[in-house]
Amino acid sequence: MSTVQTHAGHADTHHDHDHHGPAKGLRRWLFATNHKDIGTMYLVFSLTMFFVGGTMAMIIRAELFQPGLQLVDPMFFNSMTTMHALVMIFGAVMPAFVGLANWMIPLQIGAPDMALPRMNNLSFWILPFAFLLLLSTLFVEGGAPASGWTMYPPLSLQTGNAFPMSIFAIHLMGASSIMGAINVIVTIMNMRAPGMTLLKMPLFTWSWLITAYLIIAVMPVLAGAVTMLLTDHFFGTTFFSAAGGGDPVMYQHIFWFFGHPEVYIMILPAFGIVSEIIPTFSRKRLFGYDAMVYAIASIAFLSFIVWAHHMFTVGMPLAGQMFFMLATMLIAVPTGVKVFNWTATMYKGSLTFEPPMLFAISFLFMFSIGGFSGLMLAIVPADFQYHDSYFVVAHFHYVLVPGAVFAIMAAAYFWLPKWTGHMYNQKLAKAHFWLSTIFVNVLFFPQHFLGLAGMPRRIPDYNTQFADWNMVSSIGAFGFGLSQLIFLYIVWQCARGGVKATDKVWDGGMPHGLEWTLSSPPPYHSFEVAPEVK
Amino acid sequence: MLKILKYVAAAIAACVPAGAAFAAWELNMPVGVTELSREIHGLHMMVLWVCVLIAVVVFAVIIYSIIAFRRSKHPVPATFDHSTKVEVIWTVIPIAILVGMAIPAAETLIKIEDMRDSELTVKVTGYQWQWHYDYLDEGVSFFSRLDRDSDAARQLNSGIDPNTIDNYLLEVDNRFVVPVDTKVRVLLTSSDVAHAWWVPEFGMKKDAYPGFVNEIWFRADKPGVYRGQCAELCGYDHAFMPVVVEVKSKEEFSAWLQAQQANGTEAAQVADSQADNAAEAAVARAE
Repeated sequence: MSTVQTHAGHADTHHDHDHHGPAKGLRRWLFATNHKDIGTMYLVFSLTMFFVGGTMAMIIRAELFQPGLQLVDPMFFNSMTTMHALVMIFGAVMPAFVGLANWMIPLQIGAPDMALPRMNNLSFWILPFAFLLLLSTLFVEGGAPASGWTMYPPLSLQTGNAFPMSIFAIHLMGASSIMGAINVIVTIMNMRAPGMTLLKMPLFTWSWLITAYLIIAVMPVLAGAVTMLLTDHFFGTTFFSAAGGGDPVMYQHIFWFFGHPEVYIMILPAFGIVSEIIPTFSRKRLFGYDAMVYAIASIAFLSFIVWAHHMFTVGMPLAGQMFFMLATMLIAVPTGVKVFNWTATMYKGSLTFEPPMLFAISFLFMFSIGGFSGLMLAIVPADFQYHDSYFVVAHFHYVLVPGAVFAIMAAAYFWLPKWTGHMYNQKLAKAHFWLSTIFVNVLFFPQHFLGLAGMPRRIPDYNTQFADWNMVSSIGAFGFGLSQLIFLYIVWQCARGGVKATDKVWDGGMPHGLEWTLSSPPPYHSFEVAPEVK
Repeated sequence: MLKILKYVAAAIAACVPAGAAFAAWELNMPVGVTELSREIHGLHMMVLWVCVLIAVVVFAVIIYSIIAFRRSKHPVPATFDHSTKVEVIWTVIPIAILVGMAIPAAETLIKIEDMRDSELTVKVTGYQWQWHYDYLDEGVSFFSRLDRDSDAARQLNSGIDPNTIDNYLLEVDNRFVVPVDTKVRVLLTSSDVAHAWWVPEFGMKKDAYPGFVNEIWFRADKPGVYRGQCAELCGYDHAFMPVVVEVKSKEEFSAWLQAQQANGTEAAQVADSQADNAAEAAVARAE
C-alpha cells in the first residue's frame, strides 16, 4: 500500500517539476524548497505560536486581575512568564521576521529563490520539533522552566526535568536562526538582479542583511551560555558558582551580550517594514534613505557595547556603570534619526490610511514611547528604581508589541494581497487596528505606573495598593487578546479567496520595488529572468 | 500626557472610597526619605519631562501631517527626499540633550557609589524565601519573614480577602530597625540564589549573590516604616519575601538595640530554628 503511494508521489513530483509548480499535498510542505512555501510555513508557525504565547499571557493577566492567588500556584505562574517570553521571542517574533524575509527578499532583489533552498527547509523544520520539546516541558516532573527566559543561575539550576529539555530546545532554535541568517546573507550578497547595488536595495532587505549578521554573531554566544549551565548542572563544572571559583554574574554578562543584540534582531526588520509602508501611503520617497541605512548599522554596532544596562544592579564598578549608561544613551541618536525621517517622509506627502499605514503610524507613536522609557532606563541612578519593576515590563512590551508585533501585522496587511492574490476585508482590518491600538495601551500604559509605585515584575500576587491598575491592565490584555482573533479570521478569509488583487495591489498609493512588478500571487519561481534595475 | 492621565486617574479615584484609593491609583515614583532617593526622583522627573517635551513636538508634527497632508486636503505630494541640513540638526540636538542629562546622572551616581564614613553596617543575606539581618559588631541578628496574616491570605484560594489584611504581603515578623539620620551601609549577599533588596522610599535596589558581597548605603531622614520587596526572581515564593525597614529616632534605636542584645542568644536561637523550619518547608515544597 505504502509503496503504491510512494510511487504515486514520485510520479506527481516529476510531473510538477516539468511545469515548475509545487508538489501536491503534504510533500509540498515537508520537502519544500521554494522560498514562498517556506515563508508561508514560517508565518503560519509564527501565528500559531503567537496564540500559544498569548494564551500564556492571558493566564498571567487573569491571575493578576486581583490580589490574592485565585487560579494558579506561584510555580506555574513563574513557568507561564518564562514560557510566554520564550515562545513569543523565539516562536512568534523571530520566525515571523524570517518568514517575511523568505517571502520578500527574493522578490525585492529580483531573485528566483533563496540561495540555499534545502538549508531553508531544514531551518524551518527544526522549529516545530524545538517547540514541541519546549512546550512538552509543561507536562514533565518539576514543571516547565520557571526561572525567567533569561535563565539566571543559580535559580535556573533548580529546574527539574525540564532543564536539559529546554536547553536542547534553545540549541535547536539557535541552529535554526543561524541557518536562516546565513541564507539571508548569501542570498542578498549573491543573487541581486543586475543593477541592484547595495544602496538601491529596499530598506526591508537592508534591515534584514544587518539583522542576519547580528544573529550569526550572538546566537552562538547564547548557545555557549546555556551549555555552561548544562555542564554546571550535570558535569560538575562551576562556571557560575562561587563555591568552585565561578561567578553567577558572569552568566548575566554572557547572556546579555547575546540578549541586547537579540532585542535589535526583533526590531530592525520592523524598521525595514515601516520604511516600506510609510512612503507607499505617503506617496513620497523615503526621506533620507542613506541616513536610514547608516542608522540601522549604527544601532547594530552599538547593540554590542551596551549589554550591561540590563544588569546595573549586579554591583558593577562605577566606571563600568558610567560607560554603559553613556553608550546606551547614544542609541537614542540613530533611533531618533529614524523616527524623524519617517515623520519627514509623511510631511508634505499625500496620505491615505489603509490598514498597513494605520499600523505603521501606530508603530511610530508607540515605538517612540518605548524608546523614551528606554532612555529613562539608561539613567543609572533612576534605573536603580526602575530595574526589575513593572516599568521595565511596560518598556519592553511597548517596543515589542506595538513595536515589533504591530510592524509584523502591518507587513501582513501590506503584502498579504501580493502573497495570496486576493484583497482582504479592509473594513475588518481597520476594526482590528483600532481595537488593538486602544487595548494595547490600556494593557501596557498602566504598567508604567505600577512599576514606578514599586511593583516588582514576575510576581503572581501583590499588595492591594497595586490592585486597580492591575485590573485595568488585565482588562486591556483580555481585549487585546480577543481582538487578535479578528486577525486570524481576516488572514484565513483572504487565503481562501476574495476580490482579485492587482499586480501593484496598492494602485492608489506609490508602491515601489520589484515585488510589485510580479503578478499577485507571484509565479512559482519568482524572477525566472533577472529584471533590470535602473 | 501624564498630567491629563493624572486628572483622569484622580477623577476615577474620587469615585472610589477615599483613603485606600489615593495610594491605589499611584502614578509616580515616591520622592522617598533619603537624599539619594530625592536626587533620583529629580533625575527621573527631569528625564521624563524632556521626553514628554520631545514627544509633544514629534507627535505634533506627525499628527499635523496626518491631518494637513491627507490626500483629500493635499492631493499632490512634495518630491523632496533628503536635506543634509535638517539631518545634521536632528542628529546634533539630541546629542546635546543627552549630554545635559548625563552630567547630573553621573554626579548622582558618584554619590551613590561613595560608601565612605558609614556609621552602621548591617549584613543582609537573602534566603529562599526570607531575609537575614546581621548587625555587624553589635551582636544582633535575626531572620525576617512574611507575617502570618499575609501568609495565610496568600495561599491559593485561601478565601481570605487581601483587602482585610494590613499591608498585605508588605509586612514581616521582625522588621529591620535602623536609626534616623545615620549613614547605614548594607552588605548584601545570598545563601542560595540571586535576590535583590529594594526599598523604593530609599531609592535603592541591589542584587544579592551567593559567594559575593554587594554594598549600598542610605541615610533616612524621617522616622517611619518603609516597605519594599525582593526584586530578583528567586523561585516559588519570590513574591512573598518583603523588606520592611523601621526608621527610629537615635535614642529609640539604642534602646531597641540593647533590648535585642539582652535577649540576643535567645532570639538568635528562635530565629535559627525558624530558619531551619523554613528551609525544610522550602525543600519539601521544591520536591
